[in-house]
Amino acid sequence: MSLTREEVEKVSLLGRLRLTEEELALMTAQLGQIVEYVQLLSELNTDDVEPMAHAVELSNVFRDDVLVASYDRAEMLANAPRSDGECYLVPAVLGE
Amino acid sequence: MTTRYELIIGLEVHVQLLTRTKLFCGCSTRFGAPPNTQTCPVCVGMPGVLPVMNRRAFELALKTAVALRCQIAPFTKWDRKQYYYPDLPKGYQISQYDLPFSSDGCLEISDPKGRFERKRVGIIRVHLEEDAGKSMHDEAHGRADSRIDLNRAGVPLLEIVSQPDMRSPLEAKAYLTELKLLLSYLGVSDCNMQEGSLRVDANVNLHVYTPDGHLVPTPIVEIKNMNSFRAVERALAYEAERQFKVWQETGQRLGDVPKQTRGWDDVANITRPQRHKEESSDYRYFPDPDLVPVIVSEAEVEAVRQSLGELPAEMRNRLEVAYNISPYDSDVLVNQGQALVAYFEQVAQQCGDGKLASNWIQQDVLRTLKERTIGIDEYPVSAQRLAELLRAVRAGRVDTMRGREVLARMLDTGRTVDETMAELGIAQLDEAQLMALCKELVAENPKLVADVRAGKLQAAGAFVGQAKRKNPNVNPARVRELVLELIQGQSEG
Ligand SMILES: [Zn+2]
Repeated sequence: MSLTREEVEKVSLLGRLRLTEEELALMTAQLGQIVEYVQLLSELNTDDVEPMAHAVELSNVFRDDVLVASYDRAEMLANAPRSDGECYLVPAVLGE
Repeated sequence: MTTRYELIIGLEVHVQLLTRTKLFCGCSTRFGAPPNTQTCPVCVGMPGVLPVMNRRAFELALKTAVALRCQIAPFTKWDRKQYYYPDLPKGYQISQYDLPFSSDGCLEISDPKGRFERKRVGIIRVHLEEDAGKSMHDEAHGRADSRIDLNRAGVPLLEIVSQPDMRSPLEAKAYLTELKLLLSYLGVSDCNMQEGSLRVDANVNLHVYTPDGHLVPTPIVEIKNMNSFRAVERALAYEAERQFKVWQETGQRLGDVPKQTRGWDDVANITRPQRHKEESSDYRYFPDPDLVPVIVSEAEVEAVRQSLGELPAEMRNRLEVAYNISPYDSDVLVNQGQALVAYFEQVAQQCGDGKLASNWIQQDVLRTLKERTIGIDEYPVSAQRLAELLRAVRAGRVDTMRGREVLARMLDTGRTVDETMAELGIAQLDEAQLMALCKELVAENPKLVADVRAGKLQAAGAFVGQAKRKNPNVNPARVRELVLELIQGQSEG
């Protein structure tokens, strides 16, 4: 098994997923298979290969510092489950 | 036996760059707009959008890093820093992880009052990232929800991380003051702490020297929520004492406990532990696939270096040499910004006395600027006119006391030096008038004359006082000279 149950628990916590016992077992097995598959790549010797920072052979793509009209507030807020017409509403964030 | 300790301070400063638009989209960065009126699908992180880097933001960042004498990386990229927070709509912040665009710089700090030795504070790195939004919780109204405003999300921030090189709250404040001054000279940020365009976090611990001669580092504490430089100073002083107490009680060393985060309470004057964000250190950085790397050539770095203009440290040195003023004076002037320095230089050059110009500007001009909360651009007396007044002072046409009256009046009337002197009845006495006055005084005061002959110097001062009562426009120094000459002449004749 390439992934432990603890690792999957941690990843699901980071991803804000609450998994049942059965789901946890299933995910550990399935995610483990994916990781194992990707690990095939580590069979290649990459000692002399420079790490790639980006998949596209492009650099220095910029835009000018020019104002573009923002979106209408109502239109943006409509994407959220809840708002008060001015702000997005989310469960209380305390302890800041 | 007492245990000594040293306070170890590193500062992390975030400054908002002076761009019109956000880092990756064309939304405005203007402060104070109604909530959520400056957003678009890019800055709120809708799926499928494509962020594109603001050229101006990168240029300003580069300028700052070069001014901080950083090494500029020839190749830099942007990474995603993952964490969940409602004010971070994408679920990650675009920041720089392993290849920041600059590192290993420094900023020199000194104290004109000599309370600490001049030192170089190392800069670990300077990198460019985006800001998060703002969450507000209105407890007073008993709201159960937090309200999120995303206007600030995506605004370009420069993160400037210092080495833990500062050893006292005073040094920390000096570092922040000098950094802020540098940033405003460069024109890269307005550094307005009230509007959140400059934020400071501190990493603090102690090096305890135990009685048996060991150096023990204590656990590092991060302090947040300091809303002014004064608050930073106070929070650090408070932490030094608190951490020493904790050390005495627990003996905890660096590494014994995880890094703690504490928030400064400006009203209670204490720091309080902040709730620990679970797994907050696991940011799972990876390169942002939407943003391509940036390559900077040495020629570009050199061009930026050439374009920096005169920075505060160089300017202080130049003013000291060119105008023969003290390090303290040059520090006061330079700390007021380029416009004030330009004003000083004009006055100094036109009146021909740097020290005099510096004194008048520090004592009179700066006081008025402070009282009226205005900038030098709004100061009613031009450099030419102040220089004219100082020339009159140097020539003895008006003494310092009455010169102040002239300046005060010019502030309100906007008239010239000559007009104002005439209005105040300040007319120069010619040499003959002055001589007549002095002869009169000598004749009227045989007792004082005898005193002067007996070598009592106060007596000469008494003549000056009497002369001023007869005519407020007399030049005190000249009266003194003339009276002494007359008395000497009498005794010889
Ligand atoms: Zn936007």
